[in-house]
Amino acid sequence: MAEMNLLQAINNALDIAMAKNEKVLCFGEDVGFFGGVFRATSNLQKKYGKDRCFNTPLTEQGIIGFANGLAAQGHFPVAEIQFADYIFPAFDQIVNESAKFRYRSGNQFNVAGLTIRTPYGGGISGGHYHSQSPEAYFVHTSGLKVVVPRNPHQAKGLLLASIRDPNPVLFFEPKRLYRAAMGDVPEGDYELPLGEAEIIQEGNDLTLVAWGAQIEIVCKAAAMAEEAGISCEIIDLRSILPWDIKTVEQSVKKTGRLVINHEAPLTGGFGAEITATIQERCFLYLEAPVSRVTGLDTPFPLALEKEYMPDEWKTLEAIKATMTY
Amino acid sequence: MNQSKEIVTHVPQFVRGDAITFPVLKILKGDGTLYPDASLPKINREKALKIYDAFLFIRALDERMLAAQRQGRISFYMTSTGEEATHIGSAAALKDDDMIMAQYREPGPLYYRGFTAADFMNQLFSNERDLGKGRQMPVHYGSHELHYMTISSPLATQIPQATGYAYAQKLEGKKQCTLCFFGEGAASEGDFHAAMNMATVFRVPVIFFCRNNHYAISTPSEQQFAADGVAPRGVGYGMTTIRVDGNDVLAVMKATEDARKRAVSKNEPILIEAMTYRLGAHSTSDDPSGYRSRKEENTWKKKDPVLRMKQWLLAKGWWDEQQEQKVQETKRQEVMGEMKKAEKVPMPALTEMITDVYETPPWHLQEQLDELKQHVRKYPEHYPKSSWRENHG
Repeated sequence: MAEMNLLQAINNALDIAMAKNEKVLCFGEDVGFFGGVFRATSNLQKKYGKDRCFNTPLTEQGIIGFANGLAAQGHFPVAEIQFADYIFPAFDQIVNESAKFRYRSGNQFNVAGLTIRTPYGGGISGGHYHSQSPEAYFVHTSGLKVVVPRNPHQAKGLLLASIRDPNPVLFFEPKRLYRAAMGDVPEGDYELPLGEAEIIQEGNDLTLVAWGAQIEIVCKAAAMAEEAGISCEIIDLRSILPWDIKTVEQSVKKTGRLVINHEAPLTGGFGAEITATIQERCFLYLEAPVSRVTGLDTPFPLALEKEYMPDEWKTLEAIKATMTY
Repeated sequence: MNQSKEIVTHVPQFVRGDAITFPVLKILKGDGTLYPDASLPKINREKALKIYDAFLFIRALDERMLAAQRQGRISFYMTSTGEEATHIGSAAALKDDDMIMAQYREPGPLYYRGFTAADFMNQLFSNERDLGKGRQMPVHYGSHELHYMTISSPLATQIPQATGYAYAQKLEGKKQCTLCFFGEGAASEGDFHAAMNMATVFRVPVIFFCRNNHYAISTPSEQQFAADGVAPRGVGYGMTTIRVDGNDVLAVMKATEDARKRAVSKNEPILIEAMTYRLGAHSTSDDPSGYRSRKEENTWKKKDPVLRMKQWLLAKGWWDEQQEQKVQETKRQEVMGEMKKAEKVPMPALTEMITDVYETPPWHLQEQLDELKQHVRKYPEHYPKSSWRENHG
């Protein structure tokens, strides 16, 4: 075990993936010599050469199109989009190309090796364009997998699994936690399963579901609820496409209550999908309506960021309201 | 078919990728004297001093706000040090009601057109007097009154918008043009190519102004493109193109002046590539020592556009060291004074969270705001910057 922050864990995962498979390539804006604006790819160019870790011109659509081409030949491109807010020029390549490559060709061609890494989320005074959580746009696209880690240990294992998964994966990194989240990380090679949630705290009264940076928030809310005598079960979805319906369903059947937290806006957020699925499967078990604590249906603000965020106090309020429904 | 007249060959004749080369327009030498055969832009003492005044203000602003960010007074800042001549020189060659669509490293035209130190500060401190209502990161200025479109962080998005804006100017028969700034890095985005192509297809009065400052964050321009800069691309789109020394304010003015004439009188889109250098970091989140040498930076410091203009002004007898000292001090005090005022102004009210999402806030946003207000009133200690207003009317 070594103590690492989330960035170091990602860097370590990329290092292992590149060492073990020479078809793994890392590229994106400022990714090469500089190691990326957050330094997630530090030293990789030095270690594996300019052919395998390099800067690209400043064009997101180009980066992902290029990555699709590499992946179509059996390579494992790990493409970085500098901020998730800047992924949209590549939307066409991701939604119409990466996601459908296999299906449209009857599996004559695929982009199995593709992984797209991108930092997402607020809490860094980033305003509209350095704070967004755009996962819901991609979850609407079959053919993709969408993964969001909550801490360094998870980040390393999930990223290694994402790179090796035989499907294109979007890997959203919680940038607020890049340096803030420290933890023990196994030094060797390991993978954590995609599509499987993890129960990180067992409880009886209410189920809390979140992913990525919001796990920290719901844990704080659960601790405050505990003081008020409410026992929360906390589930980290880890993958939101495909997502682990069974684990959430079983938990809600036990607790009878569900509060979902995500940073993205309410309308059309992934919380809506979870809510619909759970009410279908757990209707007779529910003691209260499923509750969502989310960002507002507005662009991500700057001065009012603190007020906008679905923080622990808003989550606590939702827990209390759900308990007393 | 509008391809050029067919020239026939019976042996393969490839046109090399480096077939087109661009001369660089230079008017002002480093020592403040003019190249003997140079053709000057329209400039008199008053205009020259107005430009220089904007230079000194932007220098004072950049210096102070860089320090303010380090002190934690603002969250973020970007300087334009070394590139002042590109944005101020070009603005000086436009009419004040020509539209400017900037990237983010071009604050000079605002000051040149009358944006005050207080206007800058209110944006930088995201307070309730910010014209953008505290919604965007520092340096994302905008002013409808001054014909300066509000900055958007995503790169190159403003370039096709400039083509569209200029098309409307043409439709309305306005004798105006749109000038669009962007960096050589942003010119790699798809939006750049779409904008260039549409501008020549539709013949619109737009000036695309590329600040080739050699770096896109850490990526040097030789890793950005293999061609001789951005200028040759203009020719590929059938666009009249010029390259200028971006640290030579008179050359920038002259090129922009001529470009404007063509754009407005003939609806001819123009590409200007200004060769310059980003002397500072990309932003306060960046440290260039990780990717370039001090020696390289020093080479460019010697080409400082502000100093070069000063030498010219001194030589013309329009300026002296005493005035320099006095104006520098005035600018510093103006910036400092307005900063101290702006940081005491409260941030925008909670209500501003839902205004301007749509023309009128729809009911569901009103509902979300009401809920938020209730929450803030319940936990005032966790939202100190907004709760005071909720609890006291």
